[in-house]
Amino acid sequence: MSSRATAPQGSPLRQLADREGFLAWAMLLPAVVYIVLVVAVPFGLAVAFAFSDVTAGDPSYDWVGLRNFARIFEDPVFWKALGNTFVFTAVSMALIIVLGKVLANILVADFHGKWVVRFLVLLPWTTPVALSTVAWLWLYDSVYSPIDWVLRNLGLIENHLYFLGRPELATASVIAVHVWRLVPLAAVIMMVGLLGIPTDVQDAAKVDGVGFWRRMFEVTIPLTMPLIAVAALFGAIFTFTDMAVVYILTRGGPTNSTQVLSSWAFIVGIEGGDIGQGAAIALFLFPLLLAAAVLILRAVRKIEVF
Amino acid sequence: MTVAVEVRDLHKSFDRGRVHAINGVDLATGEGEYLVLLGPSGCGKTTLLRIIAGLEQPSAGEVLIGGSVVNGLPPRVRKIAMVFQSYALYPHKTVLGNIVFPLKAQRLDNGQRPDKAQRRSKAEWSAELLGISHLLDRKPRQLSGGERQRVALARALVRDPQVFLLDEPLSNLDAKLRATARDELRRFQQRVGTTTVYVTHDQAEAMGLGDRIAVMDAGTVRQLGPPAEVYDDPADTFVATFIGSPPMNLVPRDGVFVGFRPEHLLPPEYVSGARITVPFEVERIEYLSGDRHAYGSVSRLGEQTRVVARLPATVTTPLAGGQTHEFAVATRRLCFFDASSGLRTDPVAVGA
Repeated sequence: MSSRATAPQGSPLRQLADREGFLAWAMLLPAVVYIVLVVAVPFGLAVAFAFSDVTAGDPSYDWVGLRNFARIFEDPVFWKALGNTFVFTAVSMALIIVLGKVLANILVADFHGKWVVRFLVLLPWTTPVALSTVAWLWLYDSVYSPIDWVLRNLGLIENHLYFLGRPELATASVIAVHVWRLVPLAAVIMMVGLLGIPTDVQDAAKVDGVGFWRRMFEVTIPLTMPLIAVAALFGAIFTFTDMAVVYILTRGGPTNSTQVLSSWAFIVGIEGGDIGQGAAIALFLFPLLLAAAVLILRAVRKIEVF
Repeated sequence: MTVAVEVRDLHKSFDRGRVHAINGVDLATGEGEYLVLLGPSGCGKTTLLRIIAGLEQPSAGEVLIGGSVVNGLPPRVRKIAMVFQSYALYPHKTVLGNIVFPLKAQRLDNGQRPDKAQRRSKAEWSAELLGISHLLDRKPRQLSGGERQRVALARALVRDPQVFLLDEPLSNLDAKLRATARDELRRFQQRVGTTTVYVTHDQAEAMGLGDRIAVMDAGTVRQLGPPAEVYDDPADTFVATFIGSPPMNLVPRDGVFVGFRPEHLLPPEYVSGARITVPFEVERIEYLSGDRHAYGSVSRLGEQTRVVARLPATVTTPLAGGQTHEFAVATRRLCFFDASSGLRTDPVAVGA
């Protein structure tokens, strides 16, 4: 209580500023209000809507029990979207981690102009998703795709690929954008991990005589595991919840083959106007995200105490 | 005497030549020798060790290990083992995992890699030698500082290196442990007989451990010799004042410094043989573990200069601050340094 010592007869306001109980609440309140307004209220609304017959045309609230869930379970598109969400997330996460690790190793290397390279590498992450996806939309264009053009002129393909017109290629295209967008973030997170390994430990591994691969798998990867897990968590959550990439590139097409939970919820709930069903679909994101977050955070804590 | 490690005219600069860490060092260790690199922080001793290890590349000069030039070779082929100041144990591996790790890359004489049982028995041998067999299943965070230091040594030992490189391995231990660990380090090295290069800024470690000491300053070796020689016969004023606690007294006189160790400034009745008597104006006296350190100034030797006298417990002459006593220094104990270069120079007559 140093301020009390210097100003024993301060104003009531100053005395209030010395009371930790008051200060704690004053400091926390904005964050609490924010969380309640933008997280808790919408979440509560979504849960409430999922058990109602609210539509865009008829906003009156009537309890319908599990009817919305029964209907979405009957819909094959929902199951396709659920499956896709997992496939996109799993494949993107694996690629993000592997490529991010490679990129992180490049970023920590000492070379001329590494600051420029680090800056350029981060750009995909700093661009708004919608904007960069529009750019990709053009890259994947059925007629004018530059990727197509290069491959054709190299003689690797003869006809147009129609990236977004064929189910497998559309899936790969969506995953490619996710990976492109999230690898820089993962790389920077893992770079921090690599920079955090004590120099002595790295030097010891060099002196101990083991080669590059053993050093990587027995020393650097175990020591950066917490940050690799964090990178994986971010990659998974961003792909899992993202609807912009799918919605802008394919709108879930062709024939719903790239539909994911978030895009399907948007199409059913907002575009189709059936808010109750849309909310029910979107709710499926929650338990899965919760489970993923708990699993990965637990892994992080386990590793932290080695 | 075969040469285990040698550096020839070694230079190292950082930041495109703006910072010179090492300026022309020539050193050679004998087989099985314990060579200590001693110097203040930033004198280049750790850089020199890292160059020998291959963790840094020299800007110029040669590094030889076992008679062959190893410049440009990575650390792992140099057959060296290094113990770091922080011990640099792998925190996610058990003690056994730490000790076994270097063996995983090793090839036996027949060109094969040692199998798991061979690796394990080798690691156990090494742990046994350092008395840490009971700790093999622990993780480094469960060990005390002294135990970690032994694990680091066991990990270094397990590969049968040609050379041990030790970078201030005792500096993270508390003072009491450091003394016993120093003794153990010395006995351990005598048992395995491996050439050792040991970096420290602690002169007590250097004097106690080294067969020879290389005193370094500003990237150069100021003096290389056995501890007694470095102490009694310093090559220049830097060595004279860096080694010894309190350091050597230096009295300026006509372009030279007259140097003598504090323990050689004694009441005349304790100085035998040819000697010079000087008036010693005592200012204050400290009692330090049985010895008396008398601070004051002497005249007659040269300019009036503040000096320290260290009187062992056997000297019982009563002294008090504020008095002037007649003290003496044996003539053979005097060292003379050139005032401008700091180097040793011929004796000059300093008689009264």
